[in-house]
Formats: sequence, C-alpha cells, structure tokens
Amino acid sequence: MPRIFAPEEIREVIEMLLFQDLDIRSVTLGISVQECASRSVYDVVECVKGKVSSYAQRLVRAVDRVENKYGVRIVTKRIALTPLSLLLEPIAVQGLEKAFEAGVEVARAVDSVARASSIDYVGGYAAFVHKGFTPGDSAVIESFPQALAETQTVASMVNLASTYTGINVDAVNIVAKKVLELAHRIPRGIGCTRFTAMANAPEDNPFIPGAHHGLGEPEAVVNVAVSGPGVIEAVIKRLGTGIDMRTLHDYVKRAAFKITRLGELIGREVAREIGVKFGIVDLSLAPSPKVGDSVAKILEAMGLEVAGAPGSIAALYILVDAVKKGGAMATSSIGGLSGAFIPVSEDWGMTQAAMRGAITVDRLEAMMSVCNTGIDMVAIPGDTPPEMIAALILDVMAVAIALDKALGVRVIPVPGAKPGDVVDFGGLLGTTVVMSIPKYDVKQFVSRGGLIPPSIKRLDKG
Amino acid sequence: MSENKALYHIYLAIYLAGAIEMAYDYSSEENLAVITVIGADRPGIVAGITQVLARHNVNIVDIAQTVVRGVFSMVMIVDLSTGDIDLPRLREELVAKGRELRVEVSVNHIAVFRAMQRV
Repeated sequence: MPRIFAPEEIREVIEMLLFQDLDIRSVTLGISVQECASRSVYDVVECVKGKVSSYAQRLVRAVDRVENKYGVRIVTKRIALTPLSLLLEPIAVQGLEKAFEAGVEVARAVDSVARASSIDYVGGYAAFVHKGFTPGDSAVIESFPQALAETQTVASMVNLASTYTGINVDAVNIVAKKVLELAHRIPRGIGCTRFTAMANAPEDNPFIPGAHHGLGEPEAVVNVAVSGPGVIEAVIKRLGTGIDMRTLHDYVKRAAFKITRLGELIGREVAREIGVKFGIVDLSLAPSPKVGDSVAKILEAMGLEVAGAPGSIAALYILVDAVKKGGAMATSSIGGLSGAFIPVSEDWGMTQAAMRGAITVDRLEAMMSVCNTGIDMVAIPGDTPPEMIAALILDVMAVAIALDKALGVRVIPVPGAKPGDVVDFGGLLGTTVVMSIPKYDVKQFVSRGGLIPPSIKRLDKG
Repeated sequence: MSENKALYHIYLAIYLAGAIEMAYDYSSEENLAVITVIGADRPGIVAGITQVLARHNVNIVDIAQTVVRGVFSMVMIVDLSTGDIDLPRLREELVAKGRELRVEVSVNHIAVFRAMQRV
C-alpha cells in the first residue's frame, strides 16, 4: 500500500504547529440577538444574557473537543452579537439617558457571562452611522466609553464610512472625542484597545474589536481567524537570498494555502460540534507579540533591514496578494477582513521597527493602501487634541472609500505619555512605543462637519 | 512482443493505481492519528512509544524513522479503531511517555494533514 503521507509532509506540518506558532487565532461565534429588542431594559438585558450564556457554554465545549481531537491550538474564543444600537432603538426613543444606562447594563451582563465561561471577547457594542444617526446609534456612541471602562471583554466598533455613502464627518468628530474620553478612564488608555472606528466594516469579521453579527447573517455562525506569520517567515528564510520575486510570491502562496486549510478544517468542526452553520475563514495572518509571530518580520525576511523601510509597501503587497491567492484556492468560504494585519503593539516586529523610527503614522498610512489594517494599535500621546484624532480617522476613511476596502483606526491615547515612551498593555496586546503626532492646526477643516459624498464607485450600482 | 507486454503491465499498473485511489474511502480515516516523535537519539525510544500503543491495542499503519546528526525523528500513522483508547487520552499517555524518554511527542488527527497537504 502506498504511503498516505510522505514523512516530509508530516514533518512540515508538525514544524509549523510546534515551532512556527501556527494556530487558530480565534473561533468567533456570531449570534443574532435581534429578538431581544424591547422597550423594557430588564427584558433586553435578560434576553441577551440568556442567549449569550447558553451559546457560550456550547462554544467552549466545542472548542475544547476540537482542540483535543486535532491537536491544534485555538488561542481565543469570541462571541459577536447583533449591533447593540438595534436593540436599544425602542428604549432610545424613550430617552437617550435611559438607552445609555441600558447599553452599559447589557455590556456588564454580557461581560460577567463571558468571564464566567472563559470567553475572551464579546463584540457587537456597535453602531453603523456612515450616513446618519438613529437614537439607538447615538446611545451606543455616547455610552461606549463607559461600557468598555466597566467591562473587560466587551468590544466596540462604530462604522463611520462606506464606499457607497461616503464619510459621516459629524460622527467622526464625536467618536474622536469619545476615544479620548475612554482613554482617560482606564490606566494607560487600555480601554481603547477594545474600540475601533471603521470604514466598510464586514458583517462576518472574526477579529476584535470589529467583530459583530451582521444583518445578513444567519441565527448563529462560526467564523475563524488563523495565525501563521511564523510559517511564512520560515518559508522565506528557508528560500534564502537571491530567489526572484515571482518564486518568493509562489512559496508564500503555497504556505498561505496550507494555513487557510487548517482554519477551514477547524472552523467546520467547531461549527459541527455546536450545531450551527460554518461561516468564513478570514485569510489574514494575525500576528502576536510573541517572537516569531510577526508580519513585520516577514517583510524583513524578504530582505528589508527593517519593516517600514522603502520597499515595505511592495513587500507587503507581495504578502497580501499571495495570501489572498493561496487562501482563495484553499477555501470558498472567504470573508472577514482577509488582508494582512500590522497592528503595531500586537506585532513584535512592528513595535521594534517603531522603536527604531522606521514605522511611523505616515508609513502606516502608506502601507494601508495595500493591506486591510489602517492605523491599528498605535499608542499616541494622551494630550493629542480631538481634532487631530478626527483628522487621522478621516484620512483612513478616505483611503478606504477611495480604494473600496475595509480599514480601521484603533489609536490608544496614553494619558501622560510623550512620544518615545514605552507602554506595556499586557498579554496579546503587547508593548509599544508612543508615536509622535504632528502638531499642525487642522481644526478648521474637521469642524466643517457634514458628510463627505460617496465615491464615484457608487454609480456603478446604478 | 516483450515490449508490448511491458507496456501492458505499465497500463495495468496505472489503471490499478487509479482504481485504488478511486476506491480509497476518506471516511475510513476518521480513526487514524499521526504520531511524531523528535529528540536526542538514545536506546528505547521506539520501544517506549510502541509499548503504549500495544497496551491499548492500537495498530500501526505506517512508520518511518530517521536519525540525522544525533536527532531522532519518527513518524507513525496509527489506527485507533482496534484500540480501547480515544485520541485525546492516547495523546496524554504518549506525551507523558515522551517526557519520560526526554523526547517531544505530538499526536494529531490525520485530517489536519489531509487538509494541509492535499488540494
């Protein structure tokens, strides 16, 4: 009988799992809680809490079983809920204050369930305001700083722009102030690691803080995020120097195929165990602060002295393109953000490059044209004015709608910190250096408010 | 004539290989696990690992072993359907045995390799 697998094939997989940090970054269970909308605060809280609690137990059991059976690490377990703004509508029309309290109460209830059942994050404290606000949206935006400050697992997202509607500048201005408010509520501004301002937020994103359960989704669905920058770095290092770009791209593509296949296998199995639909694999390779689990180090393995150096955009483009092509061959269930992530504090190599001054806000803005990150996990001085944060968000939103892609802004204003200070957020959030932000006056521009019109691409839709 | 005969055998071999591939039932892999053992070479590693398998009546389907520059490496595919142990518990026992033998043992379901190494 022929060999089922050559020993080299088996060794390659084992090396990836044991030595190159290949793992499943997250299994994210999306749950619809639409039926929980009610005029009674008590009813909303009890309904959401009950549903999250029953699904949380099933998710944890399923993840444990699948991890044990396949011998593959699943690093985090997350839940994504229907955007909370929808649930708050019936309460918000009775008064914003009441809806504010209700939102925070839902967050506290969900947080206690999540912590009791070892769920790492719950996404969905979300609102979509890319064209305007409903009362429920306003309640979410007003209350997210308090909701995040009083919880440890709840994550929040506000979608401020979309290719087909443009950018809601009024919302950008409000959110910028709220980010600062949140930053000053928890030491080191750490609450801001659980909030993102987004453009074109996908409905099936398994990554926190953008994860939420979109309106087009079924009752419950499992979405998966993989990690594996270490695998790609190892492949490139093994190739050595002097290998041409096309060959390099090809090897990255092959490795991305394998990584994605693992994600799909595990996702399908977890979904089957829970008894819900399997949704998507997000092709992005999530980095972590661990040595050897860095996207920046992939760019450096390609031959750059440091990530951020000239050539970085081309190198990142090669990576993202190869990951997409390899991933698309590996699964038909693509979704989420599916690009490459370069969150500064969460990526060990990015932080090192930032400390050398090679990664700056300017370089991140250039790099986001070829990936799906934006300005992510960037520590900035705590005294950055709200207009400057609004202007940073506007720039990212503009690129997102011009290039028709999903991008986000997750800045962490660190109270009392100056550029060059080193801050430690702990665990998967990592350590980073506070970046310098230009001090020019942008107030007159951002305070114009209103809407930036949709991109010409809107007319493609008729 | 002998040339024709040789060609006939080649065609037959190709046909049979195809038939085997077609008849191959992937669902029969549900009970297969892949065990890998890596560590410094010393006497008793294979014996130690296979003892655990024999104790639980787990059948070895395929085995490959090498020593390169003093590093011992063994890959095994085993069938749990004849045994009295499930994969997570077998992993526990083998990892414990690996600690005793001072080698790194990992046990994974074969589906992981099927997913990653086959289109």
